[in-house]
Amino acid sequence: MALLKVKFDLKKRVKLAQMLWLMYWFSIMAGVLVLSLGLFFKIELRKRSELMDNNESHFVPNLLIGVGLLACGINAFGGKICYDSLDSSKFAKWKTVLKPFLICCFLFNVLLFFTALLCFTMRIPLQFTLAEGLKNGMKYYKDSDVPGRCYMKRTLDLMQMEFRCCGNNNYKDWFEIQWVSNRYLDFSSKEVKDRISSNVDGQYLLDGVPFSCCNPSSPRPCIQHQVTNNSAHYSYDHHTEELNIWKRGCRDALVSYYGGLMNTIGILVLLVTMLEVAVMVGLQYVNTSLSTLVNPEDPESESEGWILEKTVKETFTDIMAKMKAMGKGNQVEEGAEDQAVATVS
Amino acid sequence: MVWAKMKFPFEKRVKLAQGLWLLSWLATLGGAITFCLGCFLKTELRRRAEVMDNTETYIVPNTLIIAGMASMGINYFAGRICQDALDPYFCCSIFFTTLMLLGVILSFIMRGTLEGSLKVGLKNGIRFYKDTDTPGRCFQKQTIDRLQMQFQCCGNNDFKDWFEVQWISNRYLDFSSKEVKDRIRSNVDGRYLLDGVPFSCCNPSSPRPCIQYKLTNNSAHYNYEYQSEEMNIFVRGCREALLNYYIGLMNSFAAVVLSVFVVQGTVLASLRYLETSMEAVLGQENMEIETEGYLLEKSISETIMEYLDPVMKILLLNQVEDGQAKAEEGAAGTSAAPAK
Repeated sequence: MALLKVKFDLKKRVKLAQMLWLMYWFSIMAGVLVLSLGLFFKIELRKRSELMDNNESHFVPNLLIGVGLLACGINAFGGKICYDSLDSSKFAKWKTVLKPFLICCFLFNVLLFFTALLCFTMRIPLQFTLAEGLKNGMKYYKDSDVPGRCYMKRTLDLMQMEFRCCGNNNYKDWFEIQWVSNRYLDFSSKEVKDRISSNVDGQYLLDGVPFSCCNPSSPRPCIQHQVTNNSAHYSYDHHTEELNIWKRGCRDALVSYYGGLMNTIGILVLLVTMLEVAVMVGLQYVNTSLSTLVNPEDPESESEGWILEKTVKETFTDIMAKMKAMGKGNQVEEGAEDQAVATVS
Repeated sequence: MVWAKMKFPFEKRVKLAQGLWLLSWLATLGGAITFCLGCFLKTELRRRAEVMDNTETYIVPNTLIIAGMASMGINYFAGRICQDALDPYFCCSIFFTTLMLLGVILSFIMRGTLEGSLKVGLKNGIRFYKDTDTPGRCFQKQTIDRLQMQFQCCGNNDFKDWFEVQWISNRYLDFSSKEVKDRIRSNVDGRYLLDGVPFSCCNPSSPRPCIQYKLTNNSAHYNYEYQSEEMNIFVRGCREALLNYYIGLMNSFAAVVLSVFVVQGTVLASLRYLETSMEAVLGQENMEIETEGYLLEKSISETIMEYLDPVMKILLLNQVEDGQAKAEEGAAGTSAAPAK
């Protein structure tokens, strides 16, 4: 009792082969799409690798690139088979390769599905990496003269401007670290000495944020120093002032950006998986319909096509039986060897 | 005496026809590219329309768009045109090809207009920076801030433009404070001017936190010298930055459009050669004879005279009529005089 049996005459077979060939072209383009998505994602991760503590895992984009290349290759091969299936003489040389190729396709589809799932779940480790990286980034903001960290200020400023965010959780993170380098502090001034002595670690902390936290949509010129001091500025209340500096934290901003990116990539990879499953099923139909010709000499005879020769359960038990037989075969061989060794000795 | 004569044996004619088919597809693609470049340039100009004073520079992308669309349409049908329709085809094609060249020339001419437009637009933008509560101008601050951050520039000519304009709204000035009163009194127009710039002028590459107020006052900041400090704020003016951006864009587009123009010209010349060389074969029994093809039937000056003749005839005819009328009048006058 075959699974999803369909009767085929010559016209139907030709139509199936043509449609399948067209679908293979789409699949090749889909493979190129997956490859380019993987490359894009990798570039986006590299751009902000300083903020991710140089620790981020490139496993998912590398997997996407590999899967994309593999998809292109497999689909090109399948398309060639499909093209040759219209001519029975050309198709004869592919007959032996077809079954292992279909098993390969099935395994490849499983891999694609697994990749799509990974895209959705990678958000969580990314969140932790970003939290660590941003915290360190802010700590090294003032070290524009330390080799290896001299571009941290620029990276953070550009990131805060691009993603419209301020600090790690919110702008108050800047109040807890010294972001003004000692090179630019006048240690003879009273104000500086007061601030440093009022702090346990001797750090120059102030209730101010860098200029990159400023919101251009604010109607008034940006207030970045003495942010919490209402009396320092005319007509200003820091509790009600919404547009002055960005309220969102950069970790949220970056996670939602990368999360959105990965969700989109995951959905696209799922769609590509569905397309691949469809072409695999189509190729199986082509294979079975060409192998079961009623009259092998006459290309115009009728035939039947199916997905599986027996039902799903029977196929599964068959595979298990085959594997057991292989296992027993090994045991029998080992047993025979032992006996032979025993008799020799 | 034909112009630009060439001999065409049978194989060469066949090759010409095949090459022409390929070239016409290339020219269609070129037309599509020209159209896209025109659209892109127009979009870019419109994005910054708030800092431009007039829309005269839009003639450049408009020309490219029209030339591109027409070229696409004409070349697409080039292969399907029958013999009769070739003359109007040539006229249209030559017109739109010259339009492309005109677009490129215009892009060089219009640079002065663009600079003038940007100068006025930016001056107004900086003047209305503080008017975030005036309807119609409330987004100037945002526009100028984003512009300065994106193009890494400050002010119109340079950052000192901000010293000459009051860019802080009166709503945020404490008129009871001594400092504000001093500044306003020291100014003829009663404006609050200061030697400071908005935060969007700050350069992220600077090693020290941004100094935006009291820029010219060295003693106000520790270890700071105004003359030697280069990385603190952007020193380039926004007019120069925007102009460089648009000029670079138009230069690269001009190069592409010129190559499309060359392809288009080649298509026209090849089609004309094919037409004339096939004319000689018509009616002959042996289709494989060698024929001659040419671009113009007579020499250039004769062809120009041929086209201008009808125009001259209309003008000359008027002159002849005038002359005749005058002669008649004269005759009537002389005959009338002796009668007296």
